[in-house]
Amino acid sequence: MTPFHLYMAQRLSALVMAPFVLVHLGVMIYAIQGGLTAAEILGRTQGSLFWFLFYGMFVIAVALHAALGLRVILAEWAGLRGGVLNGVSTAIGLGLLGLGAHAVWAVTAGGGA
Amino acid sequence: MSHRETITVTVQRGSAATGQHMQEFQVPAYESQTVLDVVSWIQQNTDPTLTYRFACRVGMCGSCAMMVNGVPRWTCRTHVKKVLKDQRIDIAPLRNLPVLKDLAVDMDPFFDKWVAAEGRHHPSIGRDAPIPAINPEAAARQVASAGIECINCSICYAACDTVANDPDYLGPAALQRAWTVYNDAKDADRGAILDAVSGKGGCHSCHSMGSCTAYCPNGLDPLSAIAGLKRATTRRFFGGGA
Ligand code: SF4
Ligand code: SF4
Ligand code: FES
Repeated sequence: MTPFHLYMAQRLSALVMAPFVLVHLGVMIYAIQGGLTAAEILGRTQGSLFWFLFYGMFVIAVALHAALGLRVILAEWAGLRGGVLNGVSTAIGLGLLGLGAHAVWAVTAGGGA
Repeated sequence: MSHRETITVTVQRGSAATGQHMQEFQVPAYESQTVLDVVSWIQQNTDPTLTYRFACRVGMCGSCAMMVNGVPRWTCRTHVKKVLKDQRIDIAPLRNLPVLKDLAVDMDPFFDKWVAAEGRHHPSIGRDAPIPAINPEAAARQVASAGIECINCSICYAACDTVANDPDYLGPAALQRAWTVYNDAKDADRGAILDAVSGKGGCHSCHSMGSCTAYCPNGLDPLSAIAGLKRATTRRFFGGGA
């Protein structure tokens, strides 16, 4: 991994995230017209392979993008270098991935639409 | 001597090794006075031990840059009138470089990074071959020409916050030179340039905030040159060649 590869990974993850953000917001605004309960939402997302893949990929892109962005801030503002810098940013990325994956699993696994 | 207005000038003295302090001087005001004139007046009339650098006095050599009221400027072409605040000026050595003494900084890190950015000519033919004609109107030549008036003054380097926060960052001037050579039709190793600017502290560390372009006294645009290098490395990544 050269600094250039990290740069490309951050740009490409941003590219992936852009349409996800738009669809996520668009569907949210559309779906709540006329009110919506948590049970109704789960009824539509649970067991849906589409929403599992959609939010699964979204979470992976977010974890990558945020960890790489914070890595630069930690280097320039907190003076972290080398192994410490890589260790802390990897931990942030894995932490975000864990939290996100947990949430995706909770809303899309089980049930059945 | 007739009564003359004076200006109050604070100058940073000393070095990191000996300790630094600000010293105040009263300097007579003249018409068309430059900041370099002020520093020279102090050295010639008040304190001959004041250390600073200059050569051409006309904005050609790039040796007289200092921090004036906290921003980097070429002092030989900065009029006192333009920077005077309440009859005062603050003068300090250039930011982001080690201070040798008073207003003179060690430029070695700046020039070492020019070399590290591979901004040097890679010959395409031998010295006995006829000199090929260059079309000054060609698009790549225009891009190369945009950066050639750099006078190595290090003002952009002093203005850049990424340089301040990342000691490895090559900085705007070195990267702009790499982009200039990259666009030179006579250069034979564009791949080596892209390799050099893709490593640690390379062009991808730039945050595109543009202080370099805002402060360059020659009106050059390192920000756009660095954006060009980012595009070129990305194109190569997707198989577009060097
Ligand atoms: S645009 Fe890039 S090189 Fe110029 S001042 Fe900002 S970070 Fe430095
Ligand atoms: S790009 Fe401008 S500010 Fe930077 S060293 Fe060259 S002339 Fe000076
Ligand atoms: S003295 Fe040469 S540029 Fe100012």
